[in-house]
Amino acid sequence: MVPAWKCACGMHATQEQHDASVEKRSEEAIHAAVLNALIPKQGQRRRFLEAVGVPTVAAAISSLFPFASLQAMAQEKAPLEKKDLKIGFIPITCATPLIMSAPLGFYEKQGLNVSLVKTAGWALIRDKVTNKEYDASHLLAPMPLAMSMGVGSGPLPMNVATIQNSNGQAITLALKHKDNRDPKNWKGFKFAVPFEFSMHNFLLRYYLAEHGLDPDKDVQIRVVPPPEMVANLRANNIDGYLGPDPFNQRAVYDQVGFIHLLTKELWDGHPCCSFGMRAEWVKENPNSFAALYRAVLEAAAMASGPENRATIANAIAPANYLNQPVPVLEQVLTGKYADGLGNVKNVPDRIYFDPVPWDSLGVWILTQMKRWGYVKGDVRYADIVSQVYLMTEAKKRMKEAGILAPAAMPKKIVVMGKPFDTTKPDAYVSSFAIRRA
Amino acid sequence: MTVSQRLRSGVLSLLIAVIALGFWHLSTLQPSTGSAKAVDPEYAKLMGLDRTKRGGMPSPAEVGKTAWKQISNPFYDAGSNDKGIGIQLGYSVGRVMLGFALAAALAIPLGFVTGLSPIIYGALNPFIQVLKPISPLAWMPLALYTIKDSAISSIFVIFICSLWPMLINTAHGVASVRRDWINVARTLEAGTMRTCFRVILPAAAPTILTGMRISMGIAWLVIVAAEMLVGNLGIGYFVWNEWNNLSLSNVIFAILVIGVVGMALDLAFGALQRAVTYVEA
Repeated sequence: MVPAWKCACGMHATQEQHDASVEKRSEEAIHAAVLNALIPKQGQRRRFLEAVGVPTVAAAISSLFPFASLQAMAQEKAPLEKKDLKIGFIPITCATPLIMSAPLGFYEKQGLNVSLVKTAGWALIRDKVTNKEYDASHLLAPMPLAMSMGVGSGPLPMNVATIQNSNGQAITLALKHKDNRDPKNWKGFKFAVPFEFSMHNFLLRYYLAEHGLDPDKDVQIRVVPPPEMVANLRANNIDGYLGPDPFNQRAVYDQVGFIHLLTKELWDGHPCCSFGMRAEWVKENPNSFAALYRAVLEAAAMASGPENRATIANAIAPANYLNQPVPVLEQVLTGKYADGLGNVKNVPDRIYFDPVPWDSLGVWILTQMKRWGYVKGDVRYADIVSQVYLMTEAKKRMKEAGILAPAAMPKKIVVMGKPFDTTKPDAYVSSFAIRRA
Repeated sequence: MTVSQRLRSGVLSLLIAVIALGFWHLSTLQPSTGSAKAVDPEYAKLMGLDRTKRGGMPSPAEVGKTAWKQISNPFYDAGSNDKGIGIQLGYSVGRVMLGFALAAALAIPLGFVTGLSPIIYGALNPFIQVLKPISPLAWMPLALYTIKDSAISSIFVIFICSLWPMLINTAHGVASVRRDWINVARTLEAGTMRTCFRVILPAAAPTILTGMRISMGIAWLVIVAAEMLVGNLGIGYFVWNEWNNLSLSNVIFAILVIGVVGMALDLAFGALQRAVTYVEA
């Protein structure tokens, strides 16, 4: 739902009145501060004001000082309801914007004191968000939808502030399969995905089904936390995984696997992770939410620039964050990488950062949840998505922050050559031969 | 053991250690990769082949280097997810102590009462028997769901795993105090409380301490697994974090540290146990 709080402090009937009052008070405060600096002695100051008149002084001061920008700066520091925030993350490159915001100071700039908490797996992230241990968290794009609907856990209304990243995943196979690249021969394979409600699960299922394999019957898909994927691949527990980076590149770097394909080749522009929080938290902490929003959007804007990717790789590599070798992260973020089969590939948009939570992305996710039987019965696609994905809010905030916000989704949804019509989700679901619904 | 026996077993221990380290070292010697195939230099660079490569089992020397690096700076704080080994150990030991103390506060009085009364013992026994063999980690999802706090949940898991050995041993120790002694106390007209604290408690103390020692051992085993599962700071988290990075030398170092700390805890309880042991006349 689009947050429609009445007023941030609760003292005014509307947000407009609140804003006007805050503006007036900050204006007065700045006047007083400047005057104090000019005439430090209180008695002199009073006599001066009496002699000249307050409005005249105000006008004089305004003409001398960069008033508007001072005032804007003062308002940036609108009272935050909560300054010390706990944000959960899984150590993967998908979380780049929210992780880099800490070492590169985007949170600090907004007056937030964020502690990023590395978390062992997605189920734990879900539980810690539900338990209010985390104020906000790195989430898989489908998770907030599933949580809001009460699928796989009790219902908890969630909001998605931004999409963390687009593309940036891959199918990695064990080296022993390097001559077995045709999915038709993959019957009996054991695959890992990070979580049931993940793009990874839905894309892997989609890919296998397009090649005639029933993902529920012909192969085994198990849930493995991303950091444990390489270890499992090395131990021969699994044949491959559709997982997040850097663990695809890490498997290559450690010579245990190769990159079969990038998910970009399945659907160029698919979302992967999101940044979200409880809907209740957004209502209770509108100013902190806005500050957090600005921080993450600015980080996403910086991450979008290919020229910044090497800096970012260095910022997020230490043990406190991803705990990975810099060369691995660089290959993921710059898109110039070794594929594990002896080739150097150059795919600049291997991962990119479009923060807007477009609602058609959410609708696509719901069609797949329906397709594979995670949700039963009629699904009110557009309603659910518009309550969870804060698309309008994100665009508004981007405009405020002076970041270019596209009016419509830059890339149409086309998955393995098949276009998706957002307005006909049910027809899309029933168009697939292999499905549970 | 006589002095010479002690000396001989000491020498033997040393020999075993040297042989084990020797095997370890030899098994990690990598055959010099002649890299006959001409690899594209750019590819080699991306694969990290141009540098002396990590990977595979680390040698004893590498682990030693890692250990030195960690031990020489045990209390560094490089952010909320990266702290020195001393701080990590502090978190783990603190959690174990808290869970253990809570369990002792419940198990010892309850075990005492259970041991005194055959009826209560009979009534509680079926529950104890069913609950005792449950792996403490199996409680974790339930704990997270109901307690709604991951830090308290890991303390709860320690609590629940420490509970049973102490409860059972206390009950057993109290129940098997020699009847004669209680009868003597009764003849001397000692009150119930006086009998409990002056006769039964000292008599059952060695058994109770054995229960506490077993509980502490289990608690230390469980905390590592619990922290790996929940990912709060602690030695278990350290292992998990280094596993993510496939940094085996740090993992081996952590294994050694876990062993040493576990041994220290066990020795402490061993000393306590000796202090309360009596020789039956």
